[in-house]
Amino acid sequence: MNGVIGHGATLLALLIAGCGAAAAFVGGRRGDARLVAWAQRAGIAVCALVSLAFLTMQRALVTHDFSVSYVAQVGSRATPLFYTVISLWSALEGSILLWALVLSIYTAFLVRWSKRHAEPGDPQLAYALGTIFIVNVFFLLLISWPANPFRSMNPVPPDGPGPNALLQNSPFMGVHPPLLYTGYVGMSVPFALAIGALLAGRLSPNWTRVIRRWTMVPWTFLSLGIVAGAWWSYEVLGWGGYWAWDPVENASFMPWLTATAFLHSVMVQERRGMLKTWTITLIVSTFLLTVLGTFLTRSGVLASVHAFTQSPIGPFFLTFLALVLVGSLALLAWRSEVLQSEGRFDAALSRETAFMINNLLFAAFAFVVLLGTMFPLIAEAARGVKVSVGGPYFSQMTVPIALLLVFLAGVGPSLPWRKGSLELLRGKFRWPTVAALLMGVALAVAGVRAPLAWLTFVLAVFAVGLLVVEFVAPTQARHATTGESWGVALWRVCRSNPRRFGGYIVHAGILVIAVGVAASATFRREQEWYMAKGSVEPFGPYQVGLDSVWAQHESNRDGVIAATTIYKNGEVFTRLYPRLNYYKSAVEPIGTPAVHEHLREDVYLVLMAYTADGSHAMIKAIVSPLVGWIWLGGGIVGLGALFALWPGVGKSQPRGDATAATPRPRARSVSEARV
Amino acid sequence: MKWQRWAIPASALPVLVLLGWGLTRDARTVPSPLPGKAAPDFRLQTLKGDSLSLTSLKGQAVLVNFWASWCLACRAEHQVLLSAAKRYSDQGLKIVGVVYEDSRDNARAWIAERGGDWPNVLDVGSRTAIEYGLFGVPETFFVGRDGRILYKQIGPLDSAVIERWVPKLLATGGSAASADTFAEGRSAGHVPTRRP
Repeated sequence: MNGVIGHGATLLALLIAGCGAAAAFVGGRRGDARLVAWAQRAGIAVCALVSLAFLTMQRALVTHDFSVSYVAQVGSRATPLFYTVISLWSALEGSILLWALVLSIYTAFLVRWSKRHAEPGDPQLAYALGTIFIVNVFFLLLISWPANPFRSMNPVPPDGPGPNALLQNSPFMGVHPPLLYTGYVGMSVPFALAIGALLAGRLSPNWTRVIRRWTMVPWTFLSLGIVAGAWWSYEVLGWGGYWAWDPVENASFMPWLTATAFLHSVMVQERRGMLKTWTITLIVSTFLLTVLGTFLTRSGVLASVHAFTQSPIGPFFLTFLALVLVGSLALLAWRSEVLQSEGRFDAALSRETAFMINNLLFAAFAFVVLLGTMFPLIAEAARGVKVSVGGPYFSQMTVPIALLLVFLAGVGPSLPWRKGSLELLRGKFRWPTVAALLMGVALAVAGVRAPLAWLTFVLAVFAVGLLVVEFVAPTQARHATTGESWGVALWRVCRSNPRRFGGYIVHAGILVIAVGVAASATFRREQEWYMAKGSVEPFGPYQVGLDSVWAQHESNRDGVIAATTIYKNGEVFTRLYPRLNYYKSAVEPIGTPAVHEHLREDVYLVLMAYTADGSHAMIKAIVSPLVGWIWLGGGIVGLGALFALWPGVGKSQPRGDATAATPRPRARSVSEARV
Repeated sequence: MKWQRWAIPASALPVLVLLGWGLTRDARTVPSPLPGKAAPDFRLQTLKGDSLSLTSLKGQAVLVNFWASWCLACRAEHQVLLSAAKRYSDQGLKIVGVVYEDSRDNARAWIAERGGDWPNVLDVGSRTAIEYGLFGVPETFFVGRDGRILYKQIGPLDSAVIERWVPKLLATGGSAASADTFAEGRSAGHVPTRRP
């Protein structure tokens, strides 16, 4: 029954999405508002039907309906309820169902927004709706045919193997994939809006603003999803690291890079009317990279730790990719005349220049990652050899780019638009330079001998200093003129331009992440011992003692747990319980490391092996300095983005405003007025 | 510029061709230079204490199976080996187990518990594993009557692999080089165990 409802709902959604696309395109071409209104209704219907399919699958999983093929593949009566619920995205078919759900929700939001803020007859909007319907059609086609999770099982198995053991091993899997998908899939909306503008042959300043806002939301989720994925990797995989340049990680990172570049170049476009073609290219590339990334990692073209089992969706994805790639490139080539620049560069020392360099760096970063990801395929095609591209290539190529970006994260916001004067900069740079120099000397005295890490810390202090100046100077001015208290003045200044100050908070978060990455990658220490019960091993300032090893039976797994005590300066510092878990669906045990988390440094223990009588165990200990800063920085990025997106006073736009040809006059913040 | 209008979309074609070609490949196939070459010889002590060399089995079809008592996948694989031995030993199939990174006592206890009457040799110092370019255990080399490696399996054997390759192995000629060699072996869904 569940299978019939689910499959029926997807088929109907596919049909309606197809009709919606047709209605939107024809409506846009003829300027027929009624057809576009039908397309809008279709968007809501698709969302309702895909939600129904999703909930049906959820019901089938929770009630252990093994007549549904996907439940037979990932379900198990022994799996705890929480993991049964999240097992929906533990394998290929379910993850595409989640993808379709997120996409249809975005579609519904786009429809809702378009009803309030756009004229239904506007061809930009109609074509944008048509484009997003086509993306919907593709994913619905996948789940109704080659990756159909609702096939019926005959005979019905009595029980299933349970989800992928790695997925069952950590509650993080409930958070990381939905966040990442919300970011990844959301990039379809700005893509559709951009294609809408290209097809309609005009790109109004307001439309640009709309695209930017629709990019901010998925960008935020993508950022959080990437950090959550790194955290999951750190907490679960037992190697003490969080990023391995695996194709799937790269697939999520490349669109983030191009979307970040877009969010910067779009400001130049909004302020100066420049870089239009480039900006649109970035947003189109972002979507293309999400499709390419999904193709690379879901079709078995590249080997990856994340790769799902071989599936027949490869050719489908390739066809879709070819369509989107050739179609958008052709549109960009044919419509470039509507994207002529209006402004010109005035001076080398200006914020426009900083944005240009920033964009070149982000584009280079994305290209380097793309090349490294694709290289195994290129090498096999050209020379017939199997190669793998690992950490050394990526570190060597990306660290210099990342360092320059760290530098720019502070310098960029300090530069004024159009033309900066050295005098102004001298004032702004004085204290941050002093702070950075002091930091550099302090680190050298403290014995930091790793040049790259040293440089990262110094540049980060410099950049944070510059950001602080950006907050302090206008607050000071407001405090002096209005007599408000410092706290109130700071808050009012920030709320006067949430986008600007939210952006600076995001920058600060990225800088915190950079420091965490540099420190944990450079100063990580690890050691391994074969220990007898009751013995204690020295480990830097700590001592690691093995107290006991025991086994524990749980409904879905058997665990072997090592109880350890960590001592520091002769006193008990913490007790940690690393474990190995045996799942029905995995041949090999999956470890759960035990981590004592602290902002200064983490102590991370892994149970590697043990003797059957519990008398001995192989324990690996890792100390990672400042690794917690990465998660903290992720949180700051999220807060900053939320601050920028939070609707403020006077932000609601009247109906029809989005298509108006002239941009609204922008309220100038105190700080901008000063500059 | 007219040509740009065509050149830009056309630039996507090489990428698409590359990706399409990629679809025809299996990224998880691990290549090995060994299939088609003579199997590296070894002379090692068996668990019972005798000495055994691969050359002493020349002219026979041999499965050289690397395993260890600490390897979980080897447990499931052992059942496959037992049934292969039962089915093919009268047709001349020999099995030699090579115990990798393990103690004699552990390996003996493991065999005593699970059965199997074929010889197992102890690879002290992992010299033989290095000669064979071992990824991890289990790994199995199908050595033909001509002493050449016909096929290499990375990860546990299953009955499909046995049915596919053992008959070909038994049919290998005395000394003629077999043309039908194949480098395959998937680590798909199964990362070979390394000793922690």
